[in-house]
Amino acid sequence: MRERKAFRWHIPIFLAPAVIVYTAIMIVPLFATLELALWRVVDGATEFVGFDNFRILFTDPRWSESFWNALGNNAWFFLVHMVVQNPIGVALAALLSSPKLRGAAFYRTAIFIPTILSFVIVGFVWKLILSPIWGIAPSMLDAVGLKALFGPWLGKEETALTTIALVSVWQFVGIPMMLIYAALLTIPEEVLEAAEIDGITGWSQFWKIKLPLILPSIGIISILTFVGNFNAFDLIYVTQGALAGPNFATDILGTFLYRTFFGFQLQLGDPHMGATIATAMFGIILAGVCLYLFGIQTRLRRYQF
Amino acid sequence: MTQTGLKLALLGTTLLAAATAQAEDVTLNIESWRNDDLPIWQETIIPAFEASHPGIKLNFTPSAPAEYNAVLNSKLDAGSAGDLITCRPFDASLQLFQKGQLADLTDLDAMANFSDVAKSGWSTDDGSQTFCVPMASVIHGFIYNKEAFAELGLEPPATVDEFFAVLDKIKEDGTYIPMAMGTNDQWEAATMGYQNIGPNYWKGEEGRLALIAGTEKLTDPEWVDPFRQLAKWGPYLGDGFEAQTYPDSQNLFTLGRAAIYPAGSWEISGFNTQAVFDMGAFKPPVPAEGDDCYISDHVDIALGLNAASPHAEEAKAFLDWVGSPEFASLYANALPGFFPLSDAAVELEDPLAQEFISWRQSCASTIRSTYQILSRGTPNLENETWNASANVIRGTETPEAAAERLQEGLASWYAPQQQN
Repeated sequence: MRERKAFRWHIPIFLAPAVIVYTAIMIVPLFATLELALWRVVDGATEFVGFDNFRILFTDPRWSESFWNALGNNAWFFLVHMVVQNPIGVALAALLSSPKLRGAAFYRTAIFIPTILSFVIVGFVWKLILSPIWGIAPSMLDAVGLKALFGPWLGKEETALTTIALVSVWQFVGIPMMLIYAALLTIPEEVLEAAEIDGITGWSQFWKIKLPLILPSIGIISILTFVGNFNAFDLIYVTQGALAGPNFATDILGTFLYRTFFGFQLQLGDPHMGATIATAMFGIILAGVCLYLFGIQTRLRRYQF
Repeated sequence: MTQTGLKLALLGTTLLAAATAQAEDVTLNIESWRNDDLPIWQETIIPAFEASHPGIKLNFTPSAPAEYNAVLNSKLDAGSAGDLITCRPFDASLQLFQKGQLADLTDLDAMANFSDVAKSGWSTDDGSQTFCVPMASVIHGFIYNKEAFAELGLEPPATVDEFFAVLDKIKEDGTYIPMAMGTNDQWEAATMGYQNIGPNYWKGEEGRLALIAGTEKLTDPEWVDPFRQLAKWGPYLGDGFEAQTYPDSQNLFTLGRAAIYPAGSWEISGFNTQAVFDMGAFKPPVPAEGDDCYISDHVDIALGLNAASPHAEEAKAFLDWVGSPEFASLYANALPGFFPLSDAAVELEDPLAQEFISWRQSCASTIRSTYQILSRGTPNLENETWNASANVIRGTETPEAAAERLQEGLASWYAPQQQN
């Protein structure tokens, strides 16, 4: 007769601390937020309204205009990062991994430093640099005779969001650079040597050999950028304030959520609509991540050496 | 560690002091967000009160401005709040009164010293009950660089035409930026722009109350005209004013690079220490010579009684004193730019503050049009006004379109504006 295996107590015991902490500070608040979105204060009493808050958010012009504006701005914010930050990150990593480059460690550190700075510092420093009154940007452009190109970029509706997105790119370009750099270092010498024997060198080696091997890392970076951008808030709050001026041109979902949830100036906070926006953001990010996981990542080819 | 040690030591001494001072002495705790005022309370106000009212001790315990509302609400809910509560104007305090946490002070003797406008920030919507004793207000106007005006041979303008003539001359001369204001922070455009010059057009209280009653609309000429004025300001502001922030504007003026600063009187003490030149002030220009003038004399701070206070009698004695001319003169001179709201005449020492407060004699006072009742719904009229004023100055929205949008937003939730 076979003896029944004793219950392996060490498994739940080892899992417990993480599960308990994660549940208490992540899962419970997440569902509490989702639940908060289903209620509304009517004449001083909290009432269950189901998904009516979402109907208001998406269809009532008072809310939906701000929401779609914020979503559109957010999409543009993400696009700028994808088009500018990640290619530059990859290019920098490719340059850094070149054995001929001297002082690679210095460049690596210098480019990564902005990433560890606080948003508040980055926001204020760039606001000062770009200030039409005290900033060094106008005088620097003046020195090379291009003063005419300067404008109060942070104060104009057409340029404000792109300017802030580029500041954010400046701050975070170190992250894709480091991840890609690490991925490039893991490519075995043998593969590259084999390529050289076959006559593939220089740029064609990068396009044909290295890039396919780092594609999974680029995928991860894209998804990190996506999640980070759709949760962004701090840089815009620091440079443009909670009203995300000029004329809401820099309003993204994070600032819209902040104004709604906590209130602003005379506007009293509305936790229920705020939770509704938070839930919508959660949905958008979830959808994006799922799309990536099931649509792209499963199709990426992996190579084992 | 040292902090808690210190607190314990302090607690110990207060306990000892309370024990030795017998049971007669009553200590009143004052909740406030004005932690900047701590020295003024401790060195001036509290000694003056305690000297005239033996048996009552005061303890001023401010918290950080940004946290005040939250801290106060939780203290009130827990029953640990002080006896006296410094009141924010309008809805924040009204809510506390409706919850029964602030006592009704309508019958307090000192209330006779205050006008209805002064009490509006802390009265029920119909004005029948008042729950805080008004302490101070801030007045809007324009501060100018006297030396620059003398240099260019300019006189402070009284009418709108003179105002623009002055701006034109400063611009022509080119030494100074005519006016220091930016639209980056938005609130300057609304508060120091629209709410500053507006009362002259909508006739102060008359227009403000008509808007609340629903008999006037934001699209009426008296409400659109201030926007039409703002639309002309853009060319007189500094280069790149679109990205200019509030501190930028303050610095431009105090460094002597701009000649005129659309101001609130709270700037006075800061400007006195920063600026090296003589400053003067002129009130918002009237549309035509001889028009009645109106100023924004916005109620800002008041003191109320915690309904759960065990020392209500003593606290009322203190509140009566807060409503007296003696307190008004102490407070106003300690904080130039924060003006007493009582009807009693007060001698101010600061010349700039004197200039501001003198307008009360010649002009009618009102408060900011968006603060009472009208900013309770979504969209929030105050925030929308910030946005609209900034847009109009930048020239990206016409005055008419901005007014149209504000009216539509207000009418979407405010019933009296929905008739007809």
